[in-house]
Amino acid sequence: MLKRKRNLLSIGILLLITIATITASLWSQTSPSFIDPTLRLLSPSSEHWFGTDHFGRDIFIRTIYAARVSLIVGAVVAVVATFLGTVTGLIAGYYKKADSIIMRIVDGMLAFPALILALALVAALGGSVANIIIALGFAFWPIMTRIVRAAVLQVKNVQYIEAAKTTGASDFVILTTYILPNILSPIIVQGTFTFARAILAEAALSFLGIGVNPTTPTWGNMLQEAQIYISMAPWFSIFPGLGIVLTVLALNMLGDGIRDAFDPHAKKQLKKRKKVSQQKYA
Amino acid sequence: MLEVKNLKAYIDTPAGIVKAVDDVSFSLKAGETIGIVGESGSGKSVLALSLMQLNPSPPTFYPQGEILLEGKNLLHLKEKELRNLRGNDIAMIFQDPMSSLNPIFKIGTQLMEAIRTHQNINRAEAKKKAIELLKDVGISDPERRMNDYPHQLSGGMRQRVMIAIALAGKPKILIADEPTTALDVTIQAQILDLMKDIQKKYGTAIIIITHDLGVVAQLADKIVVMYSGRIVEEGKTEDIFYHTAMPYTWSLLRSMPRIDTSSRERLIPIQGQPPNLVSPPKGCNFNPRCPFATADCLKIDPSLTERGAGHYAACILSEKTFEEGKLQLENFETKGVPL
Repeated sequence: MLKRKRNLLSIGILLLITIATITASLWSQTSPSFIDPTLRLLSPSSEHWFGTDHFGRDIFIRTIYAARVSLIVGAVVAVVATFLGTVTGLIAGYYKKADSIIMRIVDGMLAFPALILALALVAALGGSVANIIIALGFAFWPIMTRIVRAAVLQVKNVQYIEAAKTTGASDFVILTTYILPNILSPIIVQGTFTFARAILAEAALSFLGIGVNPTTPTWGNMLQEAQIYISMAPWFSIFPGLGIVLTVLALNMLGDGIRDAFDPHAKKQLKKRKKVSQQKYA
Repeated sequence: MLEVKNLKAYIDTPAGIVKAVDDVSFSLKAGETIGIVGESGSGKSVLALSLMQLNPSPPTFYPQGEILLEGKNLLHLKEKELRNLRGNDIAMIFQDPMSSLNPIFKIGTQLMEAIRTHQNINRAEAKKKAIELLKDVGISDPERRMNDYPHQLSGGMRQRVMIAIALAGKPKILIADEPTTALDVTIQAQILDLMKDIQKKYGTAIIIITHDLGVVAQLADKIVVMYSGRIVEEGKTEDIFYHTAMPYTWSLLRSMPRIDTSSRERLIPIQGQPPNLVSPPKGCNFNPRCPFATADCLKIDPSLTERGAGHYAACILSEKTFEEGKLQLENFETKGVPL
């Protein structure tokens, strides 16, 4: 998987953003909320790489700091949704009776667009990072449940599972050591996509003004503040937007890469192989 | 040791109730080998899974009968007791060794897990036992093989590993569901020999399920012939082969290649399909395909009657009519003498 340039690129982007945002306070003295009214809406320069915003705050520093919230929300939501979805999916796929109950709940939740569901939840719970994580985790787990359940259904009638039963293995052992490890790849792939979608959703919620507290820099908050200045100071919206695009793109590419690496039937790989063999025998 | 009495296993399908196992009785003594023979769809596998209580339920249910293992009725045990019994008292090996092992764990890990499910011992001891088991099933260099993944082994070796896993709990009964069907002939013979050796060493009773009469001829003390969910003939292996009393068994034997006759006889298939088990034919279930069927066969549903010591068959034809029928049919086939 690491041999593909595209995967290396996406891992590189993600690492760069993560390291930059974690170490931000070490290499920069400027606080992301330092206000200087004399420096309002300056265009990018050597001093302020990404320019400044309407309060004279440095957009480069703010964009870097904003990655913290986005990455934390994305990562925690991915973990929460994956965990919930995997547990419910395993149960639904394995036990017929639980299946009908869990899947009806999941179907009901999937009837709402995930973002609308999260919107309603955040509106009810109030906007804080923790609440956004709860809301998004809740909105994204049904998709994971479906995927895990489908994978379990595929695997559970395979003979080695029946063979395991004849040795007296309990359901728990069968689920954790026979089924789960064999369906890990779709879970990891979907987890990566959930990560990306959660970042987008968090940005959307913040943009709509019901996300993270506006004093905390997040990409969504910055875009919201920037929207009235879009024609005067385009850099104000371009750079936080670029942050979202790069992160989400990198995550999606990584997800694709993992899928290709795990799935022997992936089309892209086949194409590549065909090309290679054609070159070989040309 | 194991006694199956009037067992019925029905499957509830949208098309109706399939009588997959219908009033089957047989018994198995310790250390004995019994062969269950029949074509696809005759209920062999459902019967085997009933013994392990592993038929998916629903849709499978057991309206009648008893499966007594040393006096305990398996049909009344709780799931937890059954789990304890699987592997410990009854173990099973399957037809397709290619898919019977978990592809993502080393065979050593899987074998050790099976051992530790049944015995409360630490990893090091389990490893020692695992290596010993692998040696017992004839895997060379077992220490190194412990670290192999299933895909690194050949089909025959995988089946040996499956047998080792099945033996991990020192079961009293080993059910082998078509254990050699997926293997090529030389390996088949090896696996059958291995099963014989294992039986000698461990004293395990074996239930071997197959459609290959050659396999049971080699291995079984007793043969049960199943057709459409019922036992149609039952007896010692010699009786089944040399004193066949049921036209279905006779047809099965004729459809099997023999090497002990020099003539280039043609194999004679059994015409038609096994009956629909939702609505079986009136009278004897085999009558639509039976070359000797008479008008009575359409009316009377025969039950097992004794034909010799421990030899039972379900057929209303008398021995004499059956013999005459066979002779006539053979004359017709070889010399064209009209029936």
